[in-house]
Amino acid sequence: MDVVIWSRIQFAMTAAYHWLFVPLTLGLALVMAVMETLYVVKKDPFWKKTAQFWIKLFAINFAVGIATGIILEFEFGTNWSNYSWFVGDMFGAPLAIEGILAFFMEATFFAVMFFGWEKVSPRFHLASTWLTGIGATISAYWILVANGWMQNPVGTTFNPDTVRSEMASAAAFWEVVTNPVAVSKFCHSVTSGWVTGGIFVVGVSAWYLLKNRHSEFARKSMLIGAIVGLVGSGAVMLSGDSSGVHAAEFQPMKLAAAEGLEDGGNGAAFTIVPGIKIPKMLSILATHDINGFVPGINDILKGYTDNEGNVIPSVEEKMRMGRLALDALAVYRSTDDPEQKAHAKEVLDANVQYMGYGHLDKPEDVIPPVGIVFWSFRLMIGLGMLVALVLLLVLYGLWKNKLGQWKWLLWAAIACIPMAYLAGQCGWIVAEVGRQPWTIQGLLPVNVAISSLSAAAVKTTFFVFLGIFAMFLIIEIRILIGAIRKGPELEPQNN
Amino acid sequence: MTYEFLQNYWWVLIALLGGLLVALMFVQGANLHLGNRTLSDTQKRMILNSTGRKWELTFTTLVTFGGAFFASFPLFYSTSFGGAYWVWVLLLITFVFQAVAYEFQNKKGNLLGVKGFRIALMANGLLAPFLVGTAVGTFFTGSDFTVNKVAITDPSSPVISTWGNNWHGLEALGQYHAVLLGCTIMFLAAILGALYVLNNVDDDGIQAQMRRSIKIAIGPFLLFFLSWTAILLCKEGYAVSPDGAVTLEPFKYWHNLLDMPVVLCMLLVGVVLVLFSLYLGAFSKSRKGIWYAMPGTVLVVMSVFFLAGFNGTAYYPSCTDLQSSLYLDNSCSSYFTLKVMSCVSLLIPFVLAYIVYAWRQMDKKKITAQEIEGTIHKY
Repeated sequence: MDVVIWSRIQFAMTAAYHWLFVPLTLGLALVMAVMETLYVVKKDPFWKKTAQFWIKLFAINFAVGIATGIILEFEFGTNWSNYSWFVGDMFGAPLAIEGILAFFMEATFFAVMFFGWEKVSPRFHLASTWLTGIGATISAYWILVANGWMQNPVGTTFNPDTVRSEMASAAAFWEVVTNPVAVSKFCHSVTSGWVTGGIFVVGVSAWYLLKNRHSEFARKSMLIGAIVGLVGSGAVMLSGDSSGVHAAEFQPMKLAAAEGLEDGGNGAAFTIVPGIKIPKMLSILATHDINGFVPGINDILKGYTDNEGNVIPSVEEKMRMGRLALDALAVYRSTDDPEQKAHAKEVLDANVQYMGYGHLDKPEDVIPPVGIVFWSFRLMIGLGMLVALVLLLVLYGLWKNKLGQWKWLLWAAIACIPMAYLAGQCGWIVAEVGRQPWTIQGLLPVNVAISSLSAAAVKTTFFVFLGIFAMFLIIEIRILIGAIRKGPELEPQNN
Repeated sequence: MTYEFLQNYWWVLIALLGGLLVALMFVQGANLHLGNRTLSDTQKRMILNSTGRKWELTFTTLVTFGGAFFASFPLFYSTSFGGAYWVWVLLLITFVFQAVAYEFQNKKGNLLGVKGFRIALMANGLLAPFLVGTAVGTFFTGSDFTVNKVAITDPSSPVISTWGNNWHGLEALGQYHAVLLGCTIMFLAAILGALYVLNNVDDDGIQAQMRRSIKIAIGPFLLFFLSWTAILLCKEGYAVSPDGAVTLEPFKYWHNLLDMPVVLCMLLVGVVLVLFSLYLGAFSKSRKGIWYAMPGTVLVVMSVFFLAGFNGTAYYPSCTDLQSSLYLDNSCSSYFTLKVMSCVSLLIPFVLAYIVYAWRQMDKKKITAQEIEGTIHKY
């Protein structure tokens, strides 16, 4: 395998691993903030002890999340050197703003939340707990602004003098910040974190009920966890709908791959699994129009006319224009003749939107691995719905006071914890594998985004990180299980 | 705001973040004492809990330093991170272990045991300041890279910044001038760590040990720092002409110092503050040395960055191809990106204010064995 493949594998592993810890941070932050608010409002020490227990689990998870976040930041530079230069002007700003606005907030108030119970007033402590969660959420927004820009590169102009994408005006920054793909990604990712946090709390509490320990603590934690998880599930469905519409608009190949749609058309059917289809449903989901046109893989390769009447060229034609742009750029950079330079600039400007296609070898290169994307999409939806159903049943069981009899539901709640994680991973596979071969949609394919490293160097670091990640994961799970087994330190009457 | 002003402004912010990062490396320096055999386990846990409440500030400053460099000088990020691969990966690994070591080390089931994670913290304490110092040292020695922006049009070899050797940054260990700065920062971190513990932990035994360790570190620290500075001021530097041509200029950094009296003053004031903190830590009964050492460190590090980047100087020179050297104008982000980020940077004082307020509340009580026992969450 070459350096491109190893760089991709290493980055994919780091990103997927990081996403094991982020959703729980986002979700648990909300759960424990609500619990601590109840403590401050009701002045009931039960809620203080309850919040402290979940904060303890939060801290175990938080440490690895932080450790893996910095690896991602470094890998942008170490493994994706061309990418860093090409997008630094667009991508760097959200990253720097994330650092200034979110990271310090998270780091400072996490320390107050974790160590400050006896050092600051209850209200200051409560504010710190909320600010830790808010900091994590703000952080998610800015990193997803950066990611959203890679999926839909708005507000950018290619500058041949610097050979990179640049922000052409302050208004362009606003365009980047409010990029619809970023906004729906943020809503989808953060609220999926609420689902993970919610089911984690519900699942752990279910274990206490099965063991007949800390019953009051478990039931009250479950109630809050189930409500947070269900609110999250509803928001995930709504934002998932807008994600589908955006994919159809900005990344039709991703949608076609997720649907396994070879030939599209008007009134396209949605495939539940191969052989079972809902007529017209894909058109409704993707275009909000029962007869809307959804292009398939072959349509995209051959070119088509979209729902607004725009003629989308074939990939071969885009590749031709891309090569014209690259050749013009080479001439522009090497000549001193003003006339030749002006002509090169003209050609470049006319074809620059397809410049990334100039790096491709053949039209089929634009097709992502369909099988992976197709099945990941189905797993994400299926598991997400299953988790939502279990959360709903748990809430119903709590209301009817039936959880003690419904042991199967308690086991199901525990089983749903890994399912929520798997659904989150599948979601990112759809988002990232689905946009291959692009690091930046249409502008920069992965094979041009790399660093000048040997495959052996990246392979070495891949295995080093794999070893570290595996070890940390084993430790994290062992420590979490140990802390859960030990349970909350409640007053005897609450046990 | 002109483009040049914004470039300079962001270099000042990078220098400030670099200064804060080194100053906050008291965490790394203090953790070196986890291997001190004269301290009891309780005393080591007091040190651990003291740095354990601050490590995230250092870590976050490192992340923000990297993010700010990426955002404001992306060509440096793409050239140095992609080129000096092993240096950055090594630094990363030490910080990754540090990030989990606090939370994991005293928990059952941690696989590596208390000792394993403490070794990781000490490795971070030694290597992180050394690697950061050596990496900054290459700002003055130069590195083996070329930058060719047309390369992106060549499908067979599209990478713009390429490194000239397979050591990918480790060759800096053979550049004695860069290594001198690495050693300087390593001993400085050890001193800062001892000064911090002296101030933050109420324990006679620990305090006596900290004063002893400062006395031990003073000699090597001054030796490395003065050697590095003397060589710097006498060596050739990488000058940038107004048309962007890079040439070697004898005594460039000495000239920079004379041309920028404000930087000279910053350097001198910073050095005096650090020396005064050494006196307080080693030869007086005061525990307030850290309050002089940290601003002193920030001032010295900032002046080092200013010497590297201002007054027509290439801050990341290429010794392979002079014209590939990076200076503020050829490596920075666009006007609008810098402008937008400059507006956001106005929030930095607010961020600093809440950090100071939160930590004043948290540090009202010094750390003692009893204080740790009475704390719900501890390391």
